[in-house]
Amino acid sequence: MLRAWINWWVQVATLTWFNLASVPQRRGAVAAAMFGIAGVVGVFVGTLSIAEGFRHATTTAGSPRNVIVLRGGSDTEMVSILTGEEVRWIADAPGVASDEHGPLVSAEAFAIINLPKRSTGTEANVPLRGVGPAAMRVREGFRIVAGRMFDPGKDEVIAGRAAAAEFAGLEPGRRLRVGRQYWRVVGIFATEGGLAESEVWTDVRGFQAAYKRRNSYQTVLMRLRSEALFPVCREALEKDPRLNVKVMRQDEFYREQSTLVTNLITGLGSIIAGLMAIGATFGALNTMYSAVAARAREIATLRALGFPGGPIVVSILFESVLVALVGGLAGGLVSWAAFDGFQAATMNWQSFSQVAFTFDVTPRLMLGGIACALGIGLIGGLFPALRAARLPVAAALRES
Amino acid sequence: MKYLVLVMAGLWRRKLRTALTLFSVLVAFVLFAYLSAIRVGLGQGVDVAGADRMFVWHAVSLAQPLPVSYLDRIRRIPGVKLVIHQSWFGGVYQDPKNFFAQMPVEPEPFLQMYPEYLLPEEQKEAWLRTRTGAIVGRRTAERFGFKIGDRIPLQTGIWMKEDGSTTWEFDIVGIFDGAKPGTDLTPMFFRYDYFDETRGVGKGLVGWYVVRVEDPSLAPAVARAIEREFANSSAEVKAESEKAFLQSWAKQIGDIGLILTAILSAVFFTILLVAGNTMAQSVRERTAELGVLKAMGFTHGQVLGLVLAESCLLSGTGCVLGLALGWLATAGGDPTGGALPVFYFPGKDMAAGLGLGLLLGLASGALPAWQAMRLRVAEALRRH
Repeated sequence: MLRAWINWWVQVATLTWFNLASVPQRRGAVAAAMFGIAGVVGVFVGTLSIAEGFRHATTTAGSPRNVIVLRGGSDTEMVSILTGEEVRWIADAPGVASDEHGPLVSAEAFAIINLPKRSTGTEANVPLRGVGPAAMRVREGFRIVAGRMFDPGKDEVIAGRAAAAEFAGLEPGRRLRVGRQYWRVVGIFATEGGLAESEVWTDVRGFQAAYKRRNSYQTVLMRLRSEALFPVCREALEKDPRLNVKVMRQDEFYREQSTLVTNLITGLGSIIAGLMAIGATFGALNTMYSAVAARAREIATLRALGFPGGPIVVSILFESVLVALVGGLAGGLVSWAAFDGFQAATMNWQSFSQVAFTFDVTPRLMLGGIACALGIGLIGGLFPALRAARLPVAAALRES
Repeated sequence: MKYLVLVMAGLWRRKLRTALTLFSVLVAFVLFAYLSAIRVGLGQGVDVAGADRMFVWHAVSLAQPLPVSYLDRIRRIPGVKLVIHQSWFGGVYQDPKNFFAQMPVEPEPFLQMYPEYLLPEEQKEAWLRTRTGAIVGRRTAERFGFKIGDRIPLQTGIWMKEDGSTTWEFDIVGIFDGAKPGTDLTPMFFRYDYFDETRGVGKGLVGWYVVRVEDPSLAPAVARAIEREFANSSAEVKAESEKAFLQSWAKQIGDIGLILTAILSAVFFTILLVAGNTMAQSVRERTAELGVLKAMGFTHGQVLGLVLAESCLLSGTGCVLGLALGWLATAGGDPTGGALPVFYFPGKDMAAGLGLGLLLGLASGALPAWQAMRLRVAEALRRH
């Protein structure tokens, strides 16, 4: 029993070796199939890395411990409005954390300014956020990476790292003109990736004066003592008769904000990758069928020598899977080299502003791509292999 | 015609391979159709814009409102033929996922400004009679099943009504079609007078202006004049042709659009390359047969023609079927749920696709055909 089993695999190995040895003779067809499969995997990994990067930027921005409060009925920061008085009531909500400087509550104002994109020189919508001193403590991982923090009351701004990379005129020392107002860029900040890095920040008092907002804000961002306190906090605010507010976890809010773009990229990405996979499967089938057809006589000879059908089928499958794997790996690597870390910015219609992010080729995407290649290799090899095994020996031997 | 039998016999020889190659080409051209539709959707190659229309908006950002009083000041500027204003309503129908644009406008000048919106005369009159009346594009009407006479509620986060409520109700009085395939049939328009009286905030403010100039060639000069008119005011403006505006809007989407189209093009050409290689291979395999044909007295030219006809027939069939299928697939409209309001496969690109199909046939047939033509009979027969 064991001997038969070993024998079977020895036959598979011999035949596979035999198949592979003939690859140089059919290098054109094999290369074409590899190329096709490399294309599928490259496209699969490439397009989905855009979606992955966008998701990364929009979700890591939010912490489940942070709560964002907007005016009831508003779905974006831009259309929300909260008075100074309302902000004080909101800050009294249960569960809000504090540190040695006071409660971790940041009332913020938000507007869109136009800045030219570095890549095209055309104007793009960049978010300008007015923040108080607590903003830096509410957000995890905030740090200044170049220059310094703005001085409140001095018409100074700091720019997010991604914004500074994507839009012109945000280098420290430059003056920023918005309407009739001038602001000086004094520093670059980072927040563990995420949305805030696409923004420009300034002191909220100066912001209110420049935009004639008096004592009004758009959102309140606060940090809770623990994630579990969110329902308590939300209920207290939503039941407060003085307030009409919408209370969301920050990460949830950002996820909701980005559904349209994520749908766009994943929707188009899967259409492209799906069609490409179908195309490549046809290519692989064609290659393996012609490989089998070209060697009909050899295969018939092997069968005449007594090789059973099973090892022949398995050896052909092995070859096609191997070709697919090599192609898939190549495509994945090319895609990884080309796309991983690629800096881009796009319009998020929902927040009406630009989001700068980097493409992200994750291990999960790579594995998905390779799995795709394996599937194509299996389908592409199976039918030709079955045909080879069923070839009538006498007729095939007589064939030229 | 008499050669058709020979060409068909060549294709029929390996039915499976022919079918597989045909399907690869077909898939490539379905992709091509998507590529074109996505390009249109992302606003690349915009050609729907009126050459004589201009947009005027707040210099700081489109999100900043302008006073409605600018209407008369813009109208007085020489070279301006017609001016209207629009605003962003940002209402939500039932669920935020059901996105479509709604804008308050003044019906008559609005319809004059946009002749590409085709609205039956009696529906237009109904709109003028009904203060709460709204007209909606065919595509959105079909998406949500809106019918004339329906009363639809929209929730808005921006425009609280005077009584503090955020639900607005509109009566659908008209459904418009587009004069061109590129016309955006997703927005809804309703009356500004109703809007301005009912809103509790921002009275007297509008989003942006659309201007028609008397002579498109003077548009840049008129744009500068409009910008000068409001220079050094509290709300400075920027004026640009509709085409430039739409293009800069498309550029906001930025590299993503570019990369998606680049990837699609790469895919398209990869599939073509693989299919082309297979076609070339099938000719190479039949060298001996071509030798026989020549021995029977076929001329060089005839053999060349036969081989080319075969590859062109194969790629042409795949191309036509693929384009037809792609046209059907893209006719269903936006596959992303609202992100691409204009999504169709333009006829111009279909013609380009047909050209590419023919080119594929010629290119993949050319080298083996040339080899076949130069083949010496004796050698070909010996190659057996």
